[in-house]
Amino acid sequence: MKPAIEIKNLGKQYMLQEAPPYIALRDVISQPLKKLFNPAASKVNTFWALQDINLRIEPGERVGIIGRNGAGKSTLLKIISRITPPSTGEAFIRGRVGSLLEVGTGFHPELTGRENIYLNGSILGLKKAEINRQLEAIIDFSGVEKFIDSPLKHYSSGMQLRLAFSVAAHLEPEILLIDEVLAVGDLEFQKKCLGKMEEVSKKDGRTILFVSHNMSYITSLCSKAMLLDKGKLTETGTPVDIINSYISSLSENKSQNNKENNNHSSPVKFISIKAFNTEGVQSDSFSSDKSFKIEMQYSVLEEGHIIWLGYNIFNNQGVNIFDTHSIQTAEYNTPHAVGEYVACATIPGNLFNTGVYFIGCAAFNHLKQTIHFHQKDALAINIYDRFDVTNARGMSPGDFPGVIRPLLKWQIEKI
Amino acid sequence: MEQPLTHITPPGRFSTGIREIWQYRELFYFFTWRDIKVKYKQTTLGFLWAILQPLGMMLLFTLLFSKTWKTDTGPLNYPLFVLSGLILWNLFSSSVSHAGESMIQHAGIIRKIYFPRMIIPGSAVLVSLFDFLMGLLIFIVFCLVYKQPLHWYSLPFFMAGIILVLLAGFGAGTFLSALNVKYRDFRYTIPFLLQVLFFSAQVIYPLSVVKQPWLVNLLALNPVNGAIELFRAGLTGGPVNYSLVLTGLAATILILLTGIYYFRKTEAYFADIA
Repeated sequence: MKPAIEIKNLGKQYMLQEAPPYIALRDVISQPLKKLFNPAASKVNTFWALQDINLRIEPGERVGIIGRNGAGKSTLLKIISRITPPSTGEAFIRGRVGSLLEVGTGFHPELTGRENIYLNGSILGLKKAEINRQLEAIIDFSGVEKFIDSPLKHYSSGMQLRLAFSVAAHLEPEILLIDEVLAVGDLEFQKKCLGKMEEVSKKDGRTILFVSHNMSYITSLCSKAMLLDKGKLTETGTPVDIINSYISSLSENKSQNNKENNNHSSPVKFISIKAFNTEGVQSDSFSSDKSFKIEMQYSVLEEGHIIWLGYNIFNNQGVNIFDTHSIQTAEYNTPHAVGEYVACATIPGNLFNTGVYFIGCAAFNHLKQTIHFHQKDALAINIYDRFDVTNARGMSPGDFPGVIRPLLKWQIEKI
Repeated sequence: MEQPLTHITPPGRFSTGIREIWQYRELFYFFTWRDIKVKYKQTTLGFLWAILQPLGMMLLFTLLFSKTWKTDTGPLNYPLFVLSGLILWNLFSSSVSHAGESMIQHAGIIRKIYFPRMIIPGSAVLVSLFDFLMGLLIFIVFCLVYKQPLHWYSLPFFMAGIILVLLAGFGAGTFLSALNVKYRDFRYTIPFLLQVLFFSAQVIYPLSVVKQPWLVNLLALNPVNGAIELFRAGLTGGPVNYSLVLTGLAATILILLTGIYYFRKTEAYFADIA
């Protein structure tokens, strides 16, 4: 069977301009004058959002695309969905492409829900006959039957979203492109959508290309993953492998930057920070039910300092989940001797929700108001769910809300 | 089952893309349907609004030109003369201005979904055609009121005039819509351009009042002149100034080709700059 998506030497170049990409006619007229007086000002920089992309995706594969912001993930989806053309190379797409780059595109507040289904459906590439056939199912899935003949402007934003998702979920393209759409909507509906998506992809053998920052979606939905870095496809493999190398590339970059930040006059120097699983093997990815250890190494160059150690932990939205200090150690009250040390904190299992977390470390003393070093975001780790063990998720599919996800003791008694 | 194959390459040679528009004809229909529906829903006076504007203009010009400055409009009385010109002019001007603004208005969709972009200015022109048909109904009513006979043989003349206006409006509209995406301040010139074209067309005055032949030739470049000529000749059964019509047709073809060529040449990058 021929691949569903075949991409050869694909590249996309953008012009970088200081001004917005569109221009005003007055600039076109005044530009030559400016150039005359300041030739350097109008130099146009270009950059490659994507470069030398080669890939084959077989029909029925569900591929997650991972990478930092600006790595070119969305540009790739835009080229495959033909919103923007490539600058070099070519792509062969076999089958109809449906994109969920944005749901609800083309919704009009003055039209009724039913009218918007037709409009939105045809924008997303459905034929009128297909919409007729699916209309009942779409209305049913959206859960807004009662209001389906009133104008959209009377809907709550949640209802509009449900309707939009519902149309999108009933697209039947052979290739489905999804870009972070699951991050919206209420939980119940999200579950419904994720379930629907798994259903169509597994049952009908649909090809899915999925861009998300939520690593747990990638692991649960995709059969394969690709890592994009600065516009280049650096790795292809199983979701877990790719996520691991993504995470380690994140922390490598951070700690390299941080080494240079060491304060030269400080009596305490940062050496390294690493994470280890319960078997003592260094790793960046941990199952949510397992505990893991964070170790930092540092060296003390002067006698007589009382040094506190600490970690601060942030999620990928930049929320400070918690800080932890070395309070129950002998060194909390007594000075360090000169030498190299390793400080280790154990993070219990069933504490974090799934996702990427950034860990910073510091040596300091609040009483003396000194900070010897503070390495921000020195380490990135990924917490994922394994499906063969019990964790705080229970049997709930999809995104589990909440900043942390502790496993609590529950009791139910009849009264 | 053989899947449809899409081959994506960097923008290449020019093509009109008409085949693809045909594939997307349902979307074309839905865009047009939506705009008409919304327009007539939003204003309670919807339909009335589409006809009040030309009627008001007709009244104003009739007062000015048939009472104050006597104007010879041949076999047509002035109200019918000016109304026939006005509805055709409105078709042209609303095609140009709506199509011209349409790409910017749809920037949100353009950035997210692929479809042949020319559907957008195209459906804006069709919406204007719908308004025109409303105006035409009123015009027919006025013909009955003023006992102006209507013949079947007028129909091909009417059609030719309307098609000429539509093609010119679509050509200028697509050209302006593409320019508008690229040069955001270009839109401010549209009302001015339209005003110049309005006074250079034989809407409120007959071209026979222009005595200099060179000026007539210059004004003939405005396609609306030829279109109105055809329309009014059909109405009265009078002679047609064919040199006027042919010049207008030539100008229309030129505008159309330029518009489509420029639009197709820039459309690949609309999503990047819109």
